[in-house]
Amino acid sequence: MTTTRAEHHDAKAGGHTTAYETEEDLPEAPVASVPSDVIHTASWRTFRPVIALAKCTKCYVCWKFCPDVAIAIDGDGWPVIRLDYCKGCGICAEECKPLAIEMVKED
Amino acid sequence: MVQEVISGNYAQSYAAKLARVQVVSAYPITPQTSIVERIAEFVAAGELRAEYIKVESEHSAMQACISAAALGARTYTATSSQGLLLMHELLHWAAGARAPVVMGVVNRAVAPPWSIWTDHADTISQRDTGWIQFYCESNQEVLDTTLLAFRLAEHADVLLPAMITEDAFFLSHTVEPVDIPSQEQVDEFLPPRVTKMAIRPGTIGRLGSFTGPDLYMEFRHKIAQAMERSADLFLEIEDDYERLTGRNHGGPLPTYQVDDADAVLITMGTATTTARAVVDAMRARGKKVGLAKLRAFRPFPVREIRQLGARVDRIGVLDRSFTFGAAGAAFTEVVGALYGSRHRPRVRDFVAGIGGRDITPQAVDEMFTALLKDRGPEVDWVGLKHRLEVNRRG
Amino acid sequence: MVRDGGIVIEIRFHGRGGQGAVIASELLAQAAFLEGKHPQSFPFFGVERRGAPVTAYTRIDDKPISVRTSITTPDVVVVLDAGLMRTIDVMAGLKRDGLLLVNSERIPDRIDKSFTGRIAAVDATAIALSQGLGDRATPIVNTAILGALARASGVVSINNVVKAIVNHVPAKREGNALAAILAYRQVKTLEAVIL
Repeated sequence: MTTTRAEHHDAKAGGHTTAYETEEDLPEAPVASVPSDVIHTASWRTFRPVIALAKCTKCYVCWKFCPDVAIAIDGDGWPVIRLDYCKGCGICAEECKPLAIEMVKED
Repeated sequence: MVQEVISGNYAQSYAAKLARVQVVSAYPITPQTSIVERIAEFVAAGELRAEYIKVESEHSAMQACISAAALGARTYTATSSQGLLLMHELLHWAAGARAPVVMGVVNRAVAPPWSIWTDHADTISQRDTGWIQFYCESNQEVLDTTLLAFRLAEHADVLLPAMITEDAFFLSHTVEPVDIPSQEQVDEFLPPRVTKMAIRPGTIGRLGSFTGPDLYMEFRHKIAQAMERSADLFLEIEDDYERLTGRNHGGPLPTYQVDDADAVLITMGTATTTARAVVDAMRARGKKVGLAKLRAFRPFPVREIRQLGARVDRIGVLDRSFTFGAAGAAFTEVVGALYGSRHRPRVRDFVAGIGGRDITPQAVDEMFTALLKDRGPEVDWVGLKHRLEVNRRG
Repeated sequence: MVRDGGIVIEIRFHGRGGQGAVIASELLAQAAFLEGKHPQSFPFFGVERRGAPVTAYTRIDDKPISVRTSITTPDVVVVLDAGLMRTIDVMAGLKRDGLLLVNSERIPDRIDKSFTGRIAAVDATAIALSQGLGDRATPIVNTAILGALARASGVVSINNVVKAIVNHVPAKREGNALAAILAYRQVKTLEAVIL
């Protein structure tokens, strides 16, 4: 049984903090009530994908290959990069057959 | 209550049906297949109202079960050997997520060499995962223990997954008479699951979230505490079962003829039946021998082992598996439990029945004789075609 | 050949995968249970495929059975496919005064000179085919064989064999029950020393 004060600081969630006094305060199962999408993983990014819609054929290979589900399809069927979550890995640009995606350095 | 001649596998199927499981997800593997085939038949015939989730591997089966159990469903699956090994990562997950999945495991040797026959390597090698583990001697015990396991696993002070094992072919495919409790009896013993869910539908929850060194250790300590609490709860639950059915299999370490024994053999699974017959035969010849059945491996019955060790000078442990580079797991844990005792009996390891090799009455007789004569190595592989001695270091 | 004093009786079945040897051992267990006895039956599996040799066992006792080992010295050996006798020593371990029951048109000559028990034969294949059980390639002879076993060994009554069939066989119950009864009537037994 621990009596030291433990803090679980979810930094990306804007400083949301839950403080537990002892082990007994913890839930039995490790469940967080904060959804994972509050963490914006985009801060890892050095290069950003830019889609040239004129070349895009809506094949959705980029959407399928994105390992982070960071490409959405908008109401008109165009792929859209979700910039809060895109880590800039470049796989979409690598796989895009019409070469419609370019990796651009972030300033 | 009705008596039927059924296999160990069907005993599991009936137990799951009587328990009114809500979710089943499983993948077939010899010699487990008929357990889940029968359950599928129950579901298809409308005799069991359960969601049967078909998956492409045992890994996915356990994942489906963890999700279902974490969300409050009474959940069951079954596997064996390679299938259990494939699940290994998720066995840790089930315990860590405090998902009370109940699983039947047909003990089958692990490859290579490829084998479909029995030994305990598959479940013994899962002893660190945080699962409650039971080893059964008869089809009756398989059915009863599976029902007990549901109630124990789902208990609010436990919330840990539990596995019930049965030796391949010796129980899984052996038909013998089994008392099957009525649905009314089981409904009284095992009401529908009412527990705090990890995540309630309609709320946001993330199970198994990323945790730093500041909190991880406490979560794991909670698992240890729950496992400790389960030991006494098991005794209470078994007393309750006895009130309803008249049957009590004797807790984690039932004993036979140990009170005045000069030597006691500790066994697991079906070898117990053979050993009990040998005890009777040797007692008739004037040899004072006894038997203790290691029924619960997790939590390990340290208290009961120490009680046994206090009254006996010689203990042999019959391991149906071997931990390479060490010794049989049951032997190692028995010795560990006894180390702190004031009276320390001499303990020996008999490794036998590996890969389905028959553990014959003659072999058990030889084990007892070696114990009584204080003769032989500390770790002995019994029944090898060529005699080998395993040298204990130190 | 019922033993007095309630000594356990051990029976070994030899068949090929698909002929129903395992079911035969289980049905025998069910029949014994109906007789008020304690049964235990189990198969020994080799590779699971049609045509591969299959061995199955049944123990019957008046009191609960307290062993779980293989049966090495059976009192009765039942052979569902006579062709197996060319490649497998079906009589291995058979007690010298035991019973050998073979699916065959005629009683085979005594295979082992030291065997002094009884040999029984019944054309279970013809009986099975007459009831439409299986086909020429794989006749399902298990129910017929059980009927013959009831007569030749006396270990269970034909009534309980038929009851077990009706309770546990999923299809062609009438045909299977009739096969058992026909075999019960047709099986012939001789003392081995006479052969």
